[in-house]
Amino acid sequence: MVVGALLAALPFLVDLGLGRSWVRVLNFTLLYIMLALGLNIVVGYAGLLDLGYVAFYAVGAYCYALLASPHFGLHLPFWVILPIGALVAGLFGVLLGTPTLRLRGDYLAVVTLGFGEIIRIFLNNLNAPINITNGPQGINLIDPFYVGGVSLNQAHTIAGIAIPGSYNIYYLFLLLTLLVIFISMRLQNSRIGRAWVAIREDEVAAEAMGINTRNIKLLAFAIGASFGGVSGGLFAGLQGFVSPESFNLLESIMILCMIVLGGMGHIPGVILGAVLLTVLPEALRYIGDLQRYLFGSVLVDPSDLRMLLFGLALIIMMIFRPAGLWPSRQRSRELSDAK
Amino acid sequence: MDIFLQQLINGLVLGSIYALVALGYTMVYGILELINFAHGEITMIGAMVSLAVINLLIGSTLDLPGVMIVFMGVLTAIPACMALGFVIERVAYRPLRHAPRLAPLITAIGVSIVLQNAAMLIWGRQYISFPPIIPIQRYEVLGATISNLQIFIFIFSALLMAGLIMLVHKTRLGRAMRATAQSPQAASLMGVNVNNIIAITFILGSALAAIAGVMVGAYYGLAHYYMGFLLGLKAFCAAVLGGIGNIAGAMLGGLLLGVIESLGAGYIGDLTGGFLGSHYQDVFAFLVLILVLVFRPSGLLGERVVERA
Repeated sequence: MVVGALLAALPFLVDLGLGRSWVRVLNFTLLYIMLALGLNIVVGYAGLLDLGYVAFYAVGAYCYALLASPHFGLHLPFWVILPIGALVAGLFGVLLGTPTLRLRGDYLAVVTLGFGEIIRIFLNNLNAPINITNGPQGINLIDPFYVGGVSLNQAHTIAGIAIPGSYNIYYLFLLLTLLVIFISMRLQNSRIGRAWVAIREDEVAAEAMGINTRNIKLLAFAIGASFGGVSGGLFAGLQGFVSPESFNLLESIMILCMIVLGGMGHIPGVILGAVLLTVLPEALRYIGDLQRYLFGSVLVDPSDLRMLLFGLALIIMMIFRPAGLWPSRQRSRELSDAK
Repeated sequence: MDIFLQQLINGLVLGSIYALVALGYTMVYGILELINFAHGEITMIGAMVSLAVINLLIGSTLDLPGVMIVFMGVLTAIPACMALGFVIERVAYRPLRHAPRLAPLITAIGVSIVLQNAAMLIWGRQYISFPPIIPIQRYEVLGATISNLQIFIFIFSALLMAGLIMLVHKTRLGRAMRATAQSPQAASLMGVNVNNIIAITFILGSALAAIAGVMVGAYYGLAHYYMGFLLGLKAFCAAVLGGIGNIAGAMLGGLLLGVIESLGAGYIGDLTGGFLGSHYQDVFAFLVLILVLVFRPSGLLGERVVERA
């Protein structure tokens, strides 16, 4: 109950405490939690290292962009598009999974990385001879989220309280995030979830126990990808604009880092990682103010310094807590055994 | 025919640069089974450092000949990158040698981000042009053109690779490296200082990367803080194509990938009736990578190893 009330009041509190721009950060945090939980199924549960996850995010985003913008003149509502996006992204997941099933570890990482780059290059270049993706310019004027003719992206007054658009989006995202968390938890404790863990720990043994490893791994790819597709659709609706630039390798790596920092395969850990890595870069923007305070002027552009510090944080984190900040009990036990 | 020959020449020159970078990946992977994601960034730092020195010397009152200036640039870049490679290994990889497999991969990514952004802070976001201080001469060969720079890149990288093969197969150090790659424990029992060998491997790979960086900069006439990323990825593809961990394989893979890319970019327009153009050049490396991994995961020259979990 307390948690529920807190989550419901969060945008108001953040708005009061930190300002309106932080509500937007809050929305992005929820978006990244969904993404991270999706990748967590592939990497954390099934142990398949995927460095091209952003490709599915891109597929979902472009699905939304193409089906709800003046680009093709289609304007489907978001609750129709999101399942389509999930389905298409899931299909892409199977497409990627089928040829790469025999690979493991680093090799799989590189193939998926290549797949992510290929998707991005195609998005960049599919504007000629038939204009599908509008090339590097991306797609503009994407419809906001509509519920029965009411746009969620605009402010509304309900019972005398003005609720800004970003608040509505927050509640929509929160709902979907809770759904994703619920699905993740149910999957973890299901027959499929146990099969994933078995494959992660020892594929040969898992196969000997009668697990159809091929199908189960494909399923991990497909489900993870469909989470990415949904998040992509939400991203497109939130931004109103998509371009291939948003879906580079760094984004994939960022999502992977959320999982690894938080604690792979452990839902609270992954959520923590996603929150930290979305909020931290925003908070690092204040480095400019700090410099002015310390040296009297801005010596180094804070946005340039941000990524540098982020990279350093990654290295330090891995050296001192390789299992993540909040690992599952099982994993930390395994790690202490290994020593 | 002359187009074919031209693309072949371009491909071989590009491929020899890929091969130099791929060697760094393959040597490190052979010993540590680690994808050193920061390797592409070392190439970039090599290009940037040499460029800084070259510009400094051009601006100075010393009236050195062009070849001399470039030579000085390369001679500064090599030790700078060697030191960088050593530090990276020491700080980011050595403490994690017994950590779970994903951990060093993440630090490698972290190092890569740090280097990119440090370079951006020092040299800025814009493209830096490589001063044309060596006069370019072009020769006509059977209807295709080849420049003196291209000939130089090709021959020099061939010499470097020959030198590396000699080092690995004929010297005591090389034997220690091969022993460490086979089994670090057994090698250390035989009196090999494994930590030193690993450090030397990183240093050697970084030196090659520095030279490759200067070559790329001179060849395209441009340097940029982001240039190492795609170059590194492609070189990695080349290493996998040849069979990762295999030194001759990295060379073959690099050359092949360069040729595939050039020919592919040259002919894709004709093959698809103009539907796909030469801007899909970057796709080929990854396509090759996926095909190799699906049909021959051990690469062209790699021996079949039992899959390690």
